[in-house]
Amino acid sequence: MELLSGGDIVVRALKDAGVKHIWGYPGGAALHIYDALFRQSDVQHILVRHEQAAVHAADGHARSTGDVGAVLVTSGPGATNAITGIATAYMDSIPLVVISGQVPSAKIGEDAFQETDMVGISRPIVKHSFLVKDPADIAGVIAKAFFIAASGRPGPVVVDIPKDITDPNIKVAYEYPEKVKIRSYQPTTKGHTGQIKRAIKTLLGAKRPVIYSGGGVVLGGASSQLTELARLLNAPVTNTLMGLGAYPGTDRQFLGMLGMHGTFEANTAMHHADVILAVGARFDDRVTNTISKFCPSATIIHIDVDPTSIAKTVAADIPIVGACDVVLQEMIDQIEHSGKRPDEAAISEWWKQIDDWRERHGIYTQSRYEPSGGSIIKPQDVIKALYKATGGDAYVTSDVGQHQMFAAQYYLFDKPRRWINSGGLGTMGFGLPAAMGVQMAHPEAMVACVTGEGSIQMCIQELSTCTQYGLPVKIINLNNQALGMVRQWQDMQYSSRYSSSLYEDSLPDFIKLAEAYGHVGMKVTHFDELESKMAECFALKDRVVFMDIYVDRSEHVYPMHVAPNGSMRDMWLSKTERT
Amino acid sequence: MRRIISVLMENEPGALSRVIGLFSQRGYNIDSLTVAPTEDQTLSRLTLTTHGNDHVIEQITKHLHKLIDVVKVVDLTEGPHIERELMLLKVKAHGAQRAEIKRCVDIFRGQIIDVGTNAYTVQIVGNSDKLDAFIQAIGDADILEVVRTGVSGLSRGEKALRL
Repeated sequence: MELLSGGDIVVRALKDAGVKHIWGYPGGAALHIYDALFRQSDVQHILVRHEQAAVHAADGHARSTGDVGAVLVTSGPGATNAITGIATAYMDSIPLVVISGQVPSAKIGEDAFQETDMVGISRPIVKHSFLVKDPADIAGVIAKAFFIAASGRPGPVVVDIPKDITDPNIKVAYEYPEKVKIRSYQPTTKGHTGQIKRAIKTLLGAKRPVIYSGGGVVLGGASSQLTELARLLNAPVTNTLMGLGAYPGTDRQFLGMLGMHGTFEANTAMHHADVILAVGARFDDRVTNTISKFCPSATIIHIDVDPTSIAKTVAADIPIVGACDVVLQEMIDQIEHSGKRPDEAAISEWWKQIDDWRERHGIYTQSRYEPSGGSIIKPQDVIKALYKATGGDAYVTSDVGQHQMFAAQYYLFDKPRRWINSGGLGTMGFGLPAAMGVQMAHPEAMVACVTGEGSIQMCIQELSTCTQYGLPVKIINLNNQALGMVRQWQDMQYSSRYSSSLYEDSLPDFIKLAEAYGHVGMKVTHFDELESKMAECFALKDRVVFMDIYVDRSEHVYPMHVAPNGSMRDMWLSKTERT
Repeated sequence: MRRIISVLMENEPGALSRVIGLFSQRGYNIDSLTVAPTEDQTLSRLTLTTHGNDHVIEQITKHLHKLIDVVKVVDLTEGPHIERELMLLKVKAHGAQRAEIKRCVDIFRGQIIDVGTNAYTVQIVGNSDKLDAFIQAIGDADILEVVRTGVSGLSRGEKALRL
């Protein structure tokens, strides 16, 4: 057996875990590992400009590929800077392994330079964590970390390694375990057959069914099963913010996103449904509105790989714990085997009703906002132009705010893993580094970061990383010169008192800023140049292009749930119109 | 409703902090907690008492089970079970009080395990109600300090929480 130092073992184990790219930032406690990285070429390290971005980039990689993302940071501030990224991944169940350097074992607890209790600080936002105490344990711990991160309900795993454990002078035998077995961790995959039978009986008897699917379908690779089951049942499908792309966005049976900024037809159909099939979704408060008024007449079937997601906020009538792909496949098989089909007359009546809702207030049957023209560019039209320029086939990352909701509403994702956003934690600054991660994993793909002038400034330093590694992401900056979503809430709930949401006189010249980093900047201020500039942007295949698009400052995102105390169907449809 | 939840988990550093962290993070209560290794040194057995409605307790057991270090979880109060708690209590004892306290300890089948000129240390074992009752019973005496282990418990019969 080969004798290696702890630092070399870390890197070899990463390679054996299948890692090709690791995102990070060096520092004292991690230097032995960085030296080991230098002496090999299997694992490429990408140097970011802030540790938060390293985690978001690995996260973008993981979301777009399904692989486990890898991060390497140093102790103390390196570790704490990574925390926002880890929390982002945790809330959206993204598989990551974050390796942090730690002060030498003998110094732990002495308030040593750059010491922080990483295992303690990260504990509430990780799926699991390890503190390595012996170089001989490193390979096994890393193998376990990757296994835990990727299996069951995925999530981030932290591996904290004190500096003495990676000492180049201490060599131990290296062996990467072929198989990982953890006696206290055996995630359920197969659903309970009896429960699945009950679910099918309920679904086939439904007169007004809705399939409500979430990020779990994307993560669980269950899109094709979801689509097949929806076709078999001829049931309408709505996706959560995290689930977009799991069902084809341009399909007739797709109602659009549901929830706070969901479509009228999706939210209204949910409210009136008699059976709801929730798959890989968690009845988030941004979906349900007031829990006590949520879908009053529905029997709820809930499939999730994580038992704690079931009946957490909304009671499930038929809970099924299992992996989405496995359970949905068994449902399809059982229905096909039974030869039974849903009540055709009732379903066709239901579709008639839904189509009427679509006609009345749907955002896809016609534009529900004032048209763009002259120097007024509606943010919705920017997303439509982006869709057109990319043929609907780009990877789209976003930051957090109005632009995120417009992108979710108007870029119709036909494939899973194309829509990359921070849904659970809502982390501004996520978009650009996530786009870097996506671009690194898919060098030939079109990658657009839809952002706003607020969010982009939270990780704008990464423009430098894009330069260093030649990552030609396209930044679509919806510049409304304000923290748009904050201002929307202030308009609606605080009589337009714009407390700390305005900064127009102090915004940078984004064009010059982009150019300072060696990129292309494009300013768009007139609607008639929007499409041509957008096409020009994507024609520059090898360059980072920063499109600074001045959009209508007063625009709000609609529909919007009426809150507090509203139900799913209570929505503002415009500034003046409500359901 | 009061519940006794028993957890079999890996005897690893940090495992206990994950359990406690879970309770504070999710806003659940811990009324008492006791933990020690089992006959198998790689495993620890943790017993905690908590209260909450059925929904909360279900979430607690599910979340406990989700922790990677946790091997098994059982809500002992779901079935017939035995619970015990040990209390050490130091009480001022001089003059006529000495006999009175001794009598009370006998009634509760406790033991006086340390005798000083002016104080007794009493040991009582039983369920939590019994320990509460003892404190009530010697209400007039001057209690110097009380230490309780928290509840330990097992289900009745042959059912066992093991690998």
